[in-house]
Formats: sequence, C-alpha cells, structure tokens
Amino acid sequence: MSKVIIFAENFDGKFKKATFEAVAYGAEIAEKTGGEAVAVSIGKVSNDELASLGDYGANKVLSITHEALEMLDARVYARVIAQAVEKEGADVLIFTVSNASKAIAPRVAVRLQAGMVYGASGLPTCFNPFTVPKKVFHGKAFADVVINSEKKVISLAQNSFGVVMNKKEAGIEQMDATIDTGLIRSKVINIEKSTGKVLLNDAEIIVSGGRGMKGPDRWKPLEELADTLGAALACSRPVSDEGWRSHTEHVGQTGKIVAPNLYLAFGISGAIQHLAGVSSSKVIVAVNTDKDAPIFASADYGIIGDVHTVLPRLNEALKKFKAEN
Amino acid sequence: MKILICISNVPDTTTKIKPTADQKAIDLANVQWIINPWDELALTRALELKDAAGSNIEKITVLTVGEKIVEPTLRKALAIGADDAVRVDAAPKDNFYTAFQIAEAVKGQSYDIILCGIESSDYNGSALGGMLAEFLDLPGISSVSKLDIEGDTVRVNREIAGGFEVVETETPFVAIVQKGIAKEPRIPSMRGIMMARTKPLNVVAPAPAEPLTSFVAYHSPKPKAACKMVDAENVEELINLLHNEAKII
Repeated sequence: MSKVIIFAENFDGKFKKATFEAVAYGAEIAEKTGGEAVAVSIGKVSNDELASLGDYGANKVLSITHEALEMLDARVYARVIAQAVEKEGADVLIFTVSNASKAIAPRVAVRLQAGMVYGASGLPTCFNPFTVPKKVFHGKAFADVVINSEKKVISLAQNSFGVVMNKKEAGIEQMDATIDTGLIRSKVINIEKSTGKVLLNDAEIIVSGGRGMKGPDRWKPLEELADTLGAALACSRPVSDEGWRSHTEHVGQTGKIVAPNLYLAFGISGAIQHLAGVSSSKVIVAVNTDKDAPIFASADYGIIGDVHTVLPRLNEALKKFKAEN
Repeated sequence: MKILICISNVPDTTTKIKPTADQKAIDLANVQWIINPWDELALTRALELKDAAGSNIEKITVLTVGEKIVEPTLRKALAIGADDAVRVDAAPKDNFYTAFQIAEAVKGQSYDIILCGIESSDYNGSALGGMLAEFLDLPGISSVSKLDIEGDTVRVNREIAGGFEVVETETPFVAIVQKGIAKEPRIPSMRGIMMARTKPLNVVAPAPAEPLTSFVAYHSPKPKAACKMVDAENVEELINLLHNEAKII
C-alpha cells in the first residue's frame, strides 16, 4: 500500500497540465497499491483551484501558505515538503520536471534518504521491487530503474502518462509548516516574463525553425503559422548560436526538452542532438529541401521542399481549414 | 573566491546507444568520452569570470566521481583552464551515491561557489546538484542561465516559465546551470594541453555508502514507422492527414 504525495506546483496561483498529469499519475499508483493520493500545494491558491486537483484523483489536498514561501528557496521548500511527508506517513513522492521541481525534488530525496528517478516515462512496471521506467541518453534507450529505499521520489517526464480524469472529492486541509527563514540567503531583485505567448513547455503544438529558414529576418511566415495554430515557437541550436533567435527557444539535447502533441520542423536537418530534445513529441512533421535529411527518419509526415515556398501555402491552407472547422 | 565545478564523464553526444545482448548495460565499447556539455559550459563561465578584470577568483577546481578511465576527461578540463582536479575513485553508482561522494570529498574545503550542470547527457538524472546542496546543507539555485560576480555579490538569472528571475545570493552556494550560462565551450589551447600534464590531479578514496537505485535493464526504443511523404504542391493533404489520420489539429 502506497501513500503517495504529489507536489502540486502552481504558477501565479494556477495549476498547469503537468501538475494535473502528476496528480493523475500519483493517484494511479495509489489506486494500484490500495493507498491514498495527497496533493501538496505551496503558496497562495484559491480553494476552487485546489479542489480541482480532485478531478485528477487526489483524495486530499494539503495547502501550505507562508510569506516566506512566496519566493522559491529550494532548501526551504524541501523541508516543508518533507514535513508533509512525515505528517502523512507517505512513502512515494511525485514531482513534475519543471524548473522548481528540478530544484526541490533531489533535496527532498536526500532529506528522506529516498532513491530518486528523474524523468519517469510511465507507471512503475512492478511494485516489488519498485521498478520505474525512464529514458536514458535522451531517448536513445530506455532503462528500468529499481528504487531500493523505503521512500521513493519520482519526477514524471511531461506527457508520459496523460492528463487522466479520475474524479474524487478532495478535502482541502491547511497545514502549518515550520519554516526557518534564516535559511534564505538570496532575494529576487527582478522578474522578466513575457506574457501572452504560448510557452514551450505548455504548448500542444510547437512550430520550429532551423538553418533552412535562411536568416533572422525571415521568421515572419513561421510566426504567422504559430499564430494560426496557437503554437509556441522554437528553433534548432545553430539558429540560437547564430543569434537569429533567443536561446530560450532552443530545443534539443542541451536546450529545452519538449513533448508536444505536434512538432513541426522547418528547415531543420535533424541532428541527433536536436532529435534528442523532440523525440517524445506525439507527431512530428518535417519540411526540408534535402530528402536525405535525418529528420525524415524521425518524422511521421514529411514534405521535401523549400520552407519559404511551403510556408506561405501552408499558412493560407491552414487559415482556410481553421475557418471551416 | 574558490570555485568548484562538478564534472560528469559521458559518451560523446553523437554516440549510437545500444543495450548489450543481455540488456543489463549499455554497450560502451569504443565510445568517445567527453565532459558533460552543461558541465563544460559551467567551467567555461567560471574561467571567463576568473579572467575578467578585477576578478577575485583564486582557484578553479574540477571534480568527478569515477574510475581511472575518466582521467582524460579531467585532464581536458585542466587543459581548458581549471587549476586542479579531484577524482573520487569510485564508479558513480547512482545520483544519491555520487552526490554523497562529492559532498564527503569537498566538506571543509570552503568553496564559495559550486557549479553543477543541470543534467548529465547519459542517465539524464537532473538530481545531482540539488542532492549535493542538500548533503552540504547549502543554499542552491537551479535553472541558472547567467552568473555574474560583483565584489562579494553574486547575481544569477534563474529561468522560470516564460522568463527569468534575477536573483542575488550570498555565498557559499550551489548553482545548477543550464544553457545560456556561457555561449560556447572553451577549446583547450596547445599551451593549455601541455600545462595540464603537470597540474595536480588528486585521487581520493570514496566514503562508505550504498546507492538507493539500480538500473536493472535497458531497452532500445521501438522503431518508428516510415515517414509519410506529402507533395510540396499539396499542403492540403498534410492538413487532411493531421486532421483525419493523426487527429491532432
């Protein structure tokens, strides 16, 4: 029987898809082992929003608020989560792979002497021994990892379980945590955030450009396509290295790892490092002049052609399609 | 100021990855080993800071947990410009074990900044830096894409959804760094390679510890179905396929 705690991260008071997915995943582990799923929320979140975690299988939501928790301090957050684990007597902890989760989860694992699997690619394949599948070498292989410790920490790779509805009436409980504010040695002096843009990690569709776009001033048709599809924009490494686009748009092994439903690659040859960052996409479309480009081996649909010939046609046809559907 | 960079020795990112016949390991025969790309960027940034006018960085140390075969990778880090290197003489069994070994090796060494890459390109763990910070009970900042030092003040950019925060922090602390921290990794010069031969590379014995996880089996991904080609003149067909077949738009 597993008592599962899921760290339910909020972004400005709202949960995102990845959080719901982690809750659904944790709830499934709890159900399979006859246990219970408890979501832990840190920071100010409305009761309605907290209750929505029940839609994905949380039996209970613990809400912890404190002014010292308004800024992320991983050391402090880890201690707070460890207190929740102790209070609940939990033995399995689920995180997402967000920036904050990356900072907090390993610290919680050390505090709890828990073995940790980062980037789980699905449910445990076995509960005794507790075996979790994950990608290694950025998807070039999969590994089965056995966690030998009593307590277990899993960070779930995005889009690897699904946002599965599993309606429960989640009771909301406020939890008081002991917080040592003396541990906080840093302060946020500025926040720069773009608004209104679809973020790469949230995007269902990503439109991506490579060297085949031929220059930084030729991105308009790609931006138009992203607008029509409600997609996020991305680029390959040479494009960000050349400064054509910001490095925040770089997807690939050393950039962002993404897993959208649809990834459209324009003028990207598909170097192995690029594919490592996009191979979890459900459907990949590639447009490239070179019929032998490696991207076609990983793509589901392909067009051989120049991006600047194909993009205007695609933009026009898609607008027509959107108007009719 | 003393900076430590934790380095992982990984197969070159273009390596073809295949499980061995018994599926208990990855076949790493004839692999070209490199410094994990994020760790290499961390080292590059540390060197840039040390080279800057008015820098107060006295020493840059690189450390890895690994058996003797990892020494060429440490020598490369020395050739790039690190002042000395430490090798904890143990195979890095899992993230918990490895972070513990690093913590034991650096306790009492009073590093002001410890840099770790955000993930290693082999086991894709993304846990080591955070675990190390916790073992050392130090503050840590993750997802760092920029790091500057002005006097005693360290300022970093921490990536968040849709942007970044500028964070000022006291030292000592652990920075877990990602893309953006340095533009291009530094390439060792001939002089650097010559000097690296005589720079100190200290081997320390591991502390007693057990890993908490074990990698028991490896599989290759399922082969992908052939790509369906659509004529460039007929983009409507692509839309049709995405709508009716893939049901994705």
